[in-house]
Amino acid sequence: MPIGPYQSPLAFISDAELDSHHAAQPVEYQASPQPAGLRLRGVEKRFGDNQVLRGIDLDVPAGQFVAIVGKSGCGKSTLLRLLVGLDDPTGGRIEFVDEAGEAVEPNSRIVFQEPRLLPWFSVADNVAVGLGDGVPKAFGRREAERALAGVQLSDKVKDWPSKLSGGQRQRVALARALVSRPGLLALDEPLGALDALTRLGMQDLVTDVWRELGFTAVLVTHDVGEAVHLADRVIVLDEGRISLDLEIPRDRPRRYGEPALAEIEGKLLDTILGKA
Amino acid sequence: MTIVDTFAEGRGLRRIREDRVPSTANEYGKPPKGAAEKAVRANDGQPSRPRSFSGGAFLPYLLPVILVILWQAGSSAGFISDRIMPSPVAVIAAFWERLLSGELARDVGVSGARALSGLLIGGSIGFLLGIANGVSKLSEQLTDTTLQMLRTIPHLAMIPLVILWFGIGEEAKLFLTSLGVLFPIYLNTYHGVKNVDRDLIEMGQIYGMSGWSLFRKVIFPGALPSIFVGLRYALGIMWLTLIVSESIAANSGIGYMANTAREFMMTDVVVLALVIYAALGKLADVIARTLERTALSWNPAYQR
Repeated sequence: MPIGPYQSPLAFISDAELDSHHAAQPVEYQASPQPAGLRLRGVEKRFGDNQVLRGIDLDVPAGQFVAIVGKSGCGKSTLLRLLVGLDDPTGGRIEFVDEAGEAVEPNSRIVFQEPRLLPWFSVADNVAVGLGDGVPKAFGRREAERALAGVQLSDKVKDWPSKLSGGQRQRVALARALVSRPGLLALDEPLGALDALTRLGMQDLVTDVWRELGFTAVLVTHDVGEAVHLADRVIVLDEGRISLDLEIPRDRPRRYGEPALAEIEGKLLDTILGKA
Repeated sequence: MTIVDTFAEGRGLRRIREDRVPSTANEYGKPPKGAAEKAVRANDGQPSRPRSFSGGAFLPYLLPVILVILWQAGSSAGFISDRIMPSPVAVIAAFWERLLSGELARDVGVSGARALSGLLIGGSIGFLLGIANGVSKLSEQLTDTTLQMLRTIPHLAMIPLVILWFGIGEEAKLFLTSLGVLFPIYLNTYHGVKNVDRDLIEMGQIYGMSGWSLFRKVIFPGALPSIFVGLRYALGIMWLTLIVSESIAANSGIGYMANTAREFMMTDVVVLALVIYAALGKLADVIARTLERTALSWNPAYQR
């Protein structure tokens, strides 16, 4: 995993290159779907007596990179699970809209803190899982290899997941989420279990694929620095409510340790820790 | 059966505990430390073990060979009476004689067919019940308690009843063998399915798997290591049951051969029967282990 200076925006392997590799029949390529923006109105979630989300109103334009930060138990992971349909809200509405505000199918995907790869499938087969059932094998393999090239794992296509390092497994999980070209990608502390340097490399990779594919990204993290480095906008959740909604007006690529970013980070931490 | 079976269950549980290592740490299981060291050394271009002693493959067989030589020496010197224990040479002679006459092939064939059909019937029932009860709450509530009660009955204790039901024909042997292999396979399949990583199942559902495809891609492969543990225990019980039921009443098979030989005091044939059982048991285990290694090649514990 290359670390440090910003990598050139990554290029997904071209069709021609893949064809020369496999001499397979050209396959109809899935058009990149529209990014899906979010429109949340009074979203609530309670588990028994425990009200986790207390009326969230939020508009995320299609294609934006939003980070949600907050203390443990503030409801950020719960909110993310609602966005991708893993749970249903107990109140309020969640709508998915395109740039013009028309309702769209979100085709949402989620990456968890654990890679959740199937240990009995090869790396390529794990990525092909992301295409869903009933996909022709050759097509699945091609798409998987393309997505793996996108996360710089072309040489691991045939390996078992157990052979990979933690960071590589998480990249496979990312490729699996991206292979179907989602309109909305939810990231639930995807880098939380990685060591510090691997994490920096992964942050650049996530930025690259987001810029390349243009999906709407919602990142939940407890690392405020990571949120500031990656996102267009950071939202602080506190006891089930939005307590701060902050734009990060910085161009990319962003360098680590930029004074302007450090200032924003400090302000966010003050809010989260209640010193503001 | 109870002892073996309880033990089988214990093994299943232990496996499960190993598998339940917190998933954040490593959801694939870590290769044993020794393996890692070996791999490192292999990378250095050095042999994984010093080659000063070249008898590596032979070493496990050294003790049995010495024992057989001592046994033969004792028989030849007259310390061991033929009435008590025939000499190895006499056993080999008996083997050769029966091989040439064709009796041996017939008896082994008959016993093998009984064992396999018992395994197939009992194993299938145990496997299907294990899957059903692991997947379906309703099925579990309907049958699990009953099966847990039934499995505590030593199946060989049912011999008198089985003889009353089926007489002394093939059905009795088939019934006992099937009953014997059913429980270890049921228990381990059930536990295997129950303990498939919930996170992986959720992942599968997120990516649109359900029903058959979820079973084929996630649940079954996840339960497979445990199912193989069940299969290997079942193989042991299969031979045990067969030996007992062939000794009670049969007119063919290895047990029949041994029992007839006892009536004529042909100790060499009796011992030959024991050796054949040992060889068949070992063969079954080797086949099961080969299958295991092939099917679980993704698992670091089975990678060489």
